[in-house]
Amino acid sequence: MNSIPRLRDPAAAPRLLLAVCIVALLWPGFSLTEFDPAALFDERGRATIVKFVGTFFPLETSPDFLGLVLKSTFETLAIATAGMAFAILIGWPLALVVTRSLSISRIGPGPGLMPGRLVRMPARFALMFFRSIPEIVWALLFVRAVGLGPAAGVLAIGVTYGGMLGKVYSEILESNDTRPATALLEAGGGRIAAFCYGMWPVALPELVSYSVYRWECAVRASVIMGFVGAGGLGLQMELSMRMLNGGEVSTILLTFLLLVVLADGVSALLRKVTG
Amino acid sequence: MDARLSVKFNKVSLEYPNGVRAVRRLDCEIRKGERVAIIGPSGAGKTSLLRILATALRPSSGTIGVLDTDPWRLDRGNLRRLRSRIGMVHQAPPIPPRQRVVTAVLAGRLGQWPAWRSLASLVYPMDIAGAERMLARMEIADKLFERCDQLSGGQLQRVGVARVLYQRPDLILTDEPVSAVDPALSDRVVGELNREAIERGVTLVASLHAVDLALHRFPRVIGVRAGEIVFDLPPVRVSDGMLAELYASESRTVPTQDNQTLETVPAGVRRRPMFS
Repeated sequence: MNSIPRLRDPAAAPRLLLAVCIVALLWPGFSLTEFDPAALFDERGRATIVKFVGTFFPLETSPDFLGLVLKSTFETLAIATAGMAFAILIGWPLALVVTRSLSISRIGPGPGLMPGRLVRMPARFALMFFRSIPEIVWALLFVRAVGLGPAAGVLAIGVTYGGMLGKVYSEILESNDTRPATALLEAGGGRIAAFCYGMWPVALPELVSYSVYRWECAVRASVIMGFVGAGGLGLQMELSMRMLNGGEVSTILLTFLLLVVLADGVSALLRKVTG
Repeated sequence: MDARLSVKFNKVSLEYPNGVRAVRRLDCEIRKGERVAIIGPSGAGKTSLLRILATALRPSSGTIGVLDTDPWRLDRGNLRRLRSRIGMVHQAPPIPPRQRVVTAVLAGRLGQWPAWRSLASLVYPMDIAGAERMLARMEIADKLFERCDQLSGGQLQRVGVARVLYQRPDLILTDEPVSAVDPALSDRVVGELNREAIERGVTLVASLHAVDLALHRFPRVIGVRAGEIVFDLPPVRVSDGMLAELYASESRTVPTQDNQTLETVPAGVRRRPMFS
């Protein structure tokens, strides 16, 4: 009988405790936001939803409008792509700085440990700062600097997404196998070389798929950019909504769906190529 | 430090953060050009010892000298230069699966190449002939442009050895470099490492799982158990009793290639000729 307690999984009790903690944390969240799924299905709620969705049909399919949507789609793609390019320019260098596995001084630890930390901290803070401020606020700021137009949207996406990319790139690098890069650092290799030879080939598919997903988010974010006159689908959406033209709105939403499908396909293709 | 020494340990201890004491007050000297095999049961501290030598781990106490300097008193630049002169063959080759063999071998010189050259070599390999030569010594020259995930465990391990040969270090460290290589080839790989050390007059320190390889190929054998040196002798003076005691905690037999019983020939005839 004595051997039975020792055969019990020692991880069971902590797991149970964790589960209880999660529920205890979620409960106030739901009650605070007055989350009540039943309201979705009661008589009045259902009628309102049906009426609202009804205004979205039929889709607007006049050639004039479709031409406008096509032109706006290209504008949106241009804003999202340029914004992502800018974001990568901001995110990559910061990601390389904050990634602890690429630190040479951590081995041992050796000389330069404190200076290294002193550089990493502000870099990490910069990433947090960039992404903590919503892109619409950045957009309003840049509108004052560069005037109304797509440029403000590109800058706003670049800064916010740069913060997100830097953080997630660094986390992707840390969560993959870091031994190749560490071994190169231990053989006297530099930070950039250790990254290029030891981390890039390991993490490439994940980095690519996250970047494409972010590009997809940037396409959607351009809706918000419509508010600052950045052009593209966002501006069209804004106009259609203001004129309460549900048919036009749903045509634009369908375009977004197609763009997401496209992004998904591109991501799958790139993963296959890099895999 | 004595200029003829390649390695000097002075009362070196290593304690991991979890409290495990991997190395206990170890004293040891290895002269330039010496070829030393380290043997002992798993968990004896062989890898920790090699990682201290590679300046990848800093001893908790005691001092070390590697290639005429105390690595932990160097500044950043000099420590990097020292590390580029030390080559480590890891037991599990730390090579990204998607990397091509040629790139993995050329990565051996990253510590010596300027950054622009390292980056340019990713666009077009800078020294294909050099990589091919080292792979030929490991008998896998035909794999030059294959991806590392296409190789078997033993082939990958030999790519790891080729990388260190390409690095041309002044101190070669190998951590069970042939654990996944079949016996006939192991002999060849360990032979090539020895040949490299002899031809260039550099030091070779190898931890080996197979005791027969250690006894046949190395003029000096160090037995390690529980973080301490049990014996440090030329192979002819290593007795069967010593070996049995060294591995007593692990198994009843002494580990060899293919688990063949160790030839119990009279002392003095144990060493085979270097290059047979």
